[in-house]
Amino acid sequence: MAKVTIDGRSIEVPDGTTILQAARMIGPEVAPPTMCYHSKLKTSGGYCRTCLVEVTKGSEKDPRPMPKLVASCRTTVMDGMEVGNQTSPKVIEARKGVVEFLLLNHPLDCPICDQAGECHLQDLSYEHGSSKTRTDFERRTFEKIDIGDKIQLHMTRCILCYRCVKVADQITDGRVHGVLNRGDHSEISTYIEQAVDNDFSGNMIDVCPVGALTDKTFRFKSRVWFTKPVTAHRDCEKCSGKVNLWYKGEEVLRVTGRKDQWGEVEEFICNTCRFDKKNTSDWTLEGPAHISNQSVISANHYEVFKKPTEFKLNDIKPLKIEEGSKS
Amino acid sequence: MGKKLLLEHDHVPGIQGYEVYRQHGGYQSVEKAVKTMSPEAIVEEVKKSGLRGRGGAGFPTGMKWSFLAKPEGVARYLVCNADESEPGTFKDRYLMSRIPHLLVEGMITSSFALGVNTAFIYIRGEYYYIVRILENAIAEAYANGFLGKNILGSGYNLDLHVQVGAGAYICGEETALLESLEGKRGNPRIKPPFPAIAGLYGCPTVVNNVETIAAVVPIVNQGGDAYAQIGIGKSAGTKLISASGHINKPGVYEIEMGITVEDFIYSDEYCGGIKNGKKLKAVVAGGSSVPILPADKILTLANGEKRLMSYESLSDGGFGGGTMLGSGGFIVMDETTSIVENLFTFARFYHHESCGQCSPCREGTAWMEKILHKIMDGHGTLADIDLLWEIQAKIEGNTICPLGDAAAWPVASAIRHFRSEFEEYVSNPKSVKVVRHYDAMQNA
Amino acid sequence: MEIKFSEDTLAVANKIIARYPEGKQKSALIPLLHLAQAEFEGWLSPEAMDYVASLLHIKPIEAYEVASFYSMFNLKPVGKCLIEVCRTSSCWLRGSNEIVEHIEKKLGIKEGETTTDGMFTLKTVECLGSCGTAPMMMIGAQYHENLTYEKVDKVLEQCKTDGSRKTYLDKVVIDKY
Repeated sequence: MAKVTIDGRSIEVPDGTTILQAARMIGPEVAPPTMCYHSKLKTSGGYCRTCLVEVTKGSEKDPRPMPKLVASCRTTVMDGMEVGNQTSPKVIEARKGVVEFLLLNHPLDCPICDQAGECHLQDLSYEHGSSKTRTDFERRTFEKIDIGDKIQLHMTRCILCYRCVKVADQITDGRVHGVLNRGDHSEISTYIEQAVDNDFSGNMIDVCPVGALTDKTFRFKSRVWFTKPVTAHRDCEKCSGKVNLWYKGEEVLRVTGRKDQWGEVEEFICNTCRFDKKNTSDWTLEGPAHISNQSVISANHYEVFKKPTEFKLNDIKPLKIEEGSKS
Repeated sequence: MGKKLLLEHDHVPGIQGYEVYRQHGGYQSVEKAVKTMSPEAIVEEVKKSGLRGRGGAGFPTGMKWSFLAKPEGVARYLVCNADESEPGTFKDRYLMSRIPHLLVEGMITSSFALGVNTAFIYIRGEYYYIVRILENAIAEAYANGFLGKNILGSGYNLDLHVQVGAGAYICGEETALLESLEGKRGNPRIKPPFPAIAGLYGCPTVVNNVETIAAVVPIVNQGGDAYAQIGIGKSAGTKLISASGHINKPGVYEIEMGITVEDFIYSDEYCGGIKNGKKLKAVVAGGSSVPILPADKILTLANGEKRLMSYESLSDGGFGGGTMLGSGGFIVMDETTSIVENLFTFARFYHHESCGQCSPCREGTAWMEKILHKIMDGHGTLADIDLLWEIQAKIEGNTICPLGDAAAWPVASAIRHFRSEFEEYVSNPKSVKVVRHYDAMQNA
Repeated sequence: MEIKFSEDTLAVANKIIARYPEGKQKSALIPLLHLAQAEFEGWLSPEAMDYVASLLHIKPIEAYEVASFYSMFNLKPVGKCLIEVCRTSSCWLRGSNEIVEHIEKKLGIKEGETTTDGMFTLKTVECLGSCGTAPMMMIGAQYHENLTYEKVDKVLEQCKTDGSRKTYLDKVVIDKY
């Protein structure tokens, strides 16, 4: 076991725990933001640099501070380690820089992006970014492409978190897309136009922290904050069948995997559940889904506290919409 | 004349071939090592020698070697970093093409010391013609019993291969190099674990620069103590310096560390002074990554003493007033040089060479190049200079690998020492003749 | 053109593949892509990359990812002589911009373009480790150093007369460097 103190709050964690995991155990107040790390994907993390923290004391044995900020998602704790996250001015400053870099070429097309409302980059920018841009250079753009009939790749929005590549590597057989070119010319692509065609490809949409990979069956159907998430399950021979259904009225607009409080998928689901089962009759409903703090839905205006057995769809109230505004 | 340990015989006709190399004392270190020394004893000699990595970082080689994990039944690897790509650096190319057997010999002796049975020389793809030279040398070494099974009857086996890269500066970073050697994109790994624990194919691995490996030969031949006597203080031994730019005699020079910078630039033994009798303006002393220094600061320390060609003296003054020995890529600029334009070529370089894995480097290097381009084109503002400063500060220290720092330091130092030149571009835009702007990554 | 190595090249490829420990054959990817580029008209078509991937039993995307990362691999056709002029600091200090201009004028193409006869493609590249003999250019595996306009003219003339495709794998005479 190792005792680690983050922003003045201590916890004992098993050896091998990362600083990020320890921080999450303490609570959201001290947990660094993440964009590329995903708890269910091996070797994820380290790329985006949003979770950088300052190690002010290395360990009980070797109390020297670490010379540079470290990626908390890829650095394991040592006994006696002391870490600064929100309390470290260096971290705040560096994170501001990272947000600026991530937004440098981002199109900021939130008004027409399906991810808006549940976008990690939106949340990150709001919490850690600056309200002003300091670049007037033309932004990097790419053509939108369909990778398969259900998924659209909008590379212009991508922040190169590598999560979708890891999903393809780790839960599907036969990855056909990857990161091509290098430097700021890097892009997610299949190189030769090719469909990403396998039973679990839809999970790439769920792990994408931004709107680079979106569900074509949900495209422009509704802003997410006008939909009501409901946990549901079905017997599925391919996956756990544990999903969230996103309702608008009585209609299921989309099906996604369930995400934990950090916005990371709990269990990956198959494409049949995701794309082909859009009737309430396909599912056993459990209750209103609790959506994490990383979303505008997290205000949970629609959530009513009833046991699943007493739960009825119409109990879910949409967000209060001002007169005249339409989805 | 300073003492020469590596290039002593580089002008001997035929030294590229085995016979002549052998006649001049070649492969003695292998004989001495496998016949009379234990691997541990060699590591001990290298530690005593005070040899520091010659690729740029200057980490003590003996210490790096002693970190190598040695679990039972797991292969270990030695990989020579011949991916020399730091602008201003061409010493490894010189050494490999002139005396290829010196590197091969160093690889054998070092591999024996580390208990390695398979070793690689990873060379940048642009040096394809040297691949052939090395392969010839390796074939000769096999034919003469210095490579292969049961080397010189000692029971020690070693295979040595040349692995070729394909154009990527980042592969000079040791973990990117290992990724490339595994047939992947040259993306640096996130550390820890370090290669000494999990390197090539997840096995314990040592990665050393060409010159470092070559220096093991004189260390084993003459003993670590004798080597440590050469040079000055913690800068033991000799160093190959690649001298280029506005000097009369560009080329590779083996210097005994401790000579003065002034002597190196102006004496006929080395650079032979500034070309066309012009005045010295600035020097990039250790490859493009290290801070640029104006003439007075590179020649003299803050206390008025002369600056020396050594790790310590070059870094004297810290980042504000000093620089680094780095890879020994010594670029000299005369009074006519535009620091802004030179910086632009560096910024374009780092933009081109960023692997794109982590966001500060991927986005920041491109941004800095664009701003410099704008300034050179006469569209810059004073705020752009401050912005450049802030961007480099946001990259430095926040990236996965040192490329971010390498991209930031030239910008920081150029602004620190030559801010007025940037301001001149902004307030009095000159017309720049041709600016080659980085465009598509993929060529043609 | 059928995408398949000649017998000789295949033998070389197999020799390279055999260098690596069992299960680590992907290590041969970059050397094999070099072979493919040299054998198949100086560039890597998707078919050529698929072929290399099949030899190594890896997914085609793994070959695309790698080929697109390294600047020496051409993913589009190039002229028989790919002229690569170094443009970084030391070469710039000693006049590489002027060398590029000279070549542009002489061949009637801009950087990144190919002459209409398919003979030359002009490209600028980052530091090739020839700073002490700057300015320089590389054609195939051959370094041409200490360039002057006259020297450039001579080299280009030779290339034209010779007419053959230059690749990185050419056997070259070692210059006097």
